[in-house]
Amino acid sequence: MGIDYQIEQKFEIKGGDFGNAGSVSTKIKDKLKEIGIPSSIVRRVAIATYEAEMNIVMYAYHGILNFVLTPQQIKIIVDDKGPGIEDIGLAMQEGYSTATEEMREMGFGAGMGLPNIKKNSDEFEITSQVNKGTKLKIVIYLNKR
Amino acid sequence: MTLKEVKEILQCEVIVGEDNLDIEIGSVGGSDLMSDVLAFGKPGMLLLTGLTNAQSVRTADITESKAVIYVRGKKPEKEGIELAKKKGIPLLSTKLMMFEACGILYSVGLPSVSEVN
Repeated sequence: MGIDYQIEQKFEIKGGDFGNAGSVSTKIKDKLKEIGIPSSIVRRVAIATYEAEMNIVMYAYHGILNFVLTPQQIKIIVDDKGPGIEDIGLAMQEGYSTATEEMREMGFGAGMGLPNIKKNSDEFEITSQVNKGTKLKIVIYLNKR
Repeated sequence: MTLKEVKEILQCEVIVGEDNLDIEIGSVGGSDLMSDVLAFGKPGMLLLTGLTNAQSVRTADITESKAVIYVRGKKPEKEGIELAKKKGIPLLSTKLMMFEACGILYSVGLPSVSEVN
């Protein structure tokens, strides 16, 4: 029972756009705070989206982050056009990274991104096609079951 | 311990947030890798870093960190300063190196992020 609603928003993220990297996550975080979502959940959403956003900026050409808020959960779909991931098992290992020196200078590329997204999600799915792109599904429950 | 006390202990210069130094620091973490901060940071922490780009401030905001102190006399880039002003995150700079700054804060009793919930 209760009020049923859905808030959906779509964000574009450009590959290589280091200047704006993180701005989508900041927007989402501010919006969730404004709505009154508990800060522990806002923080998990913000960390997961920030890592996903950085991955697009660092590795992909272009990406779409779709954000859906319902009374039960927050669902984030991140779909990018890019080189894809050859070995997802390896990419999910903490510390494994294909980052360049430039990415590391930005403070990223520690090989913590995907494991960190998973850690902050209640549901996490990753699919990838080499030379096409990568898709992430991140779900965070509002009421822990 | 307040940020003001930390400022005095580490002899910091305040870059942003001179009027916001009364905030309470719960724990401290030091890293130049923002992914590590995102993985191990705790709300209410003080971030010590040598990374001067806007991502240092962005990461502080995302992780609900209270403030950022740049070590080895480094200063944040313009975009980071603007973001910090907007977000109300104080930015400070100390001439001390990372190891020295962390060691001093630990020795005066500030806990590591790994020691708090």
